[in-house]
Amino acid sequence: MSVLVVMERTGGRWHRMSWETLAAGQQIAASLGVSVSAAVIGGGAGELAGKQLHKAIAVEHELLNAYSADGYTAALRQLIDQERPALVLFPHTYQVRDFAPKLATRCGRTLVSDVVQVRVDGGALVMVRQLFQGRLNADYKCTGEGPHFASIQAGAYQGEAVAAGSAEVVGFAPSLESGGIHARAEEPFREAARAVDLSSAEVIVSVGRGIKEKEHMPVVEALAQALGAEMAASRPICDNGWLPMERQVGSSGQTVSPKVYFAIGISGAIQHLVGMKGSKTIVAINKDANAPIFDVADYGIVGDLFEVVPALTEAVKKAKG
Amino acid sequence: MKILVAIKQVPARDAQLKITADERWIDESDLTFEINEPDAYALEEALQLREKHGGEVVVLCAGPERAASSLREALAKGADRAVHVVEDRLETAGGFHLGQLLAKAIAAESPDLVLTGLQSDDFGNGQTGVVAAELLGLPHATIIMQVEAGEGSIRVKRELEDGWFQHITLPLPAVLTIQSGINKLRYATLMGIKKARAKEIRTTNAAGLGVSLAAGAAIERVYAPSRSKQTVMLEGSPSEQAAQLVEKLQREVRVL
Repeated sequence: MSVLVVMERTGGRWHRMSWETLAAGQQIAASLGVSVSAAVIGGGAGELAGKQLHKAIAVEHELLNAYSADGYTAALRQLIDQERPALVLFPHTYQVRDFAPKLATRCGRTLVSDVVQVRVDGGALVMVRQLFQGRLNADYKCTGEGPHFASIQAGAYQGEAVAAGSAEVVGFAPSLESGGIHARAEEPFREAARAVDLSSAEVIVSVGRGIKEKEHMPVVEALAQALGAEMAASRPICDNGWLPMERQVGSSGQTVSPKVYFAIGISGAIQHLVGMKGSKTIVAINKDANAPIFDVADYGIVGDLFEVVPALTEAVKKAKG
Repeated sequence: MKILVAIKQVPARDAQLKITADERWIDESDLTFEINEPDAYALEEALQLREKHGGEVVVLCAGPERAASSLREALAKGADRAVHVVEDRLETAGGFHLGQLLAKAIAAESPDLVLTGLQSDDFGNGQTGVVAAELLGLPHATIIMQVEAGEGSIRVKRELEDGWFQHITLPLPAVLTIQSGINKLRYATLMGIKKARAKEIRTTNAAGLGVSLAAGAAIERVYAPSRSKQTVMLEGSPSEQAAQLVEKLQREVRVL
């Protein structure tokens, strides 16, 4: 029995969440009393030699130089057949969301996705994941034969906690055929150079669905102006075109860590939280006392933003004289 | 082009959620339900593709009797036909078995293109479309922000992380999972609602599709998450709350 962590590298760089997942893998393997190995497609396995691992596996094939769900699935299926792990862990990245469900399905299994905690309960694996955009938690018990599959949510484990040690670095050459890869991928691109860099902003006022209508945006803009803050938003606001896309904070937008982040009418789905939970101080204003945004907030106001925000704007103006 | 759109009916976004006594799921008795938002965008994309290229839009939903209202709404927005896989308690089924159920229902329609939302607002598994694609032996692409249909193939814009995108071309038939915000949603017109009454909703179920819904990696317990951070909640009237917050911002955070 063993744990296999599939790490992600793109363009010769580690995805930050790879380390978080490796730390998760080490901790789970320790509580199961089994060994842990790591696999990586796209080079870099040598850098794992100094980590506490049974093996660091370099999965190599020229058809894997560019990502494809077909190629990654076929290659990792062969690796799983060889290694026979009890548990396979992935970071819950966009790329993993694209191929890991396919891989688990090919193995006849369910991937438990976006997991925030894995614990061992009487010898059985229990995965904790969020429901309803973080408003509830659920325990999933993994019974029966492995391999079990899980992807780990951003920030659920600490990348700095990866234990140092030594690992044997080995290669794995899957047998792949170009005919098995159906998608033709072009070079990744960015829409336009980002004119707005929110990462250097000291104070950010961010708005979410609670604002309801475009016509209400000035309510929040007035507060931003009074504070001298940059405006930002959660995804639905930018999707609606109420603020430009470049002001979106979250997994598909910018990652920010200002001195103060005001989350106004933002419920706090994980896709948003990953972009802002590093802020030094978080203020949340929301009508729902159970909104997950209050889990990360330092100061919380439960109330109607259309009453609270104008009052706050006035109070800020008065304080600034 | 025959396009199949798989939608899910989920509790309305601002619903107050109460956990059932057995702690296995939520009490659905007082909830209102709606089409899962990313699925609504998938439906809109299908309707726009049909307007451009012709063909048929079939909408598919697995869920209890109540889910028929979401299918009716999709028909009112312009879908041609609907298939309802009537099953209660699907929350107890694992993602693999749910994918099997949908794959069987999709295969029966032999569509050229299958669209669904990238994830559901209730479970957020974010994988049903991919699982179904694998079981159908079809190529897929996820988190799609643009679709251009060609002859026997489709070119899509896939969202990557941190503001990056990538174009991918797939042979048809294929499965796409659609990101919210890909298009502008339409409302059903009065005429659409009227016409929908005459449109067909074909019903089937797991047994009819030859799928056994065994639980696999299913929910053991549902509970409210514990707070990891000590949040200072500011009480009082809006002006009192504002005054307290300003004081904190001045004295503790030191930004004013």
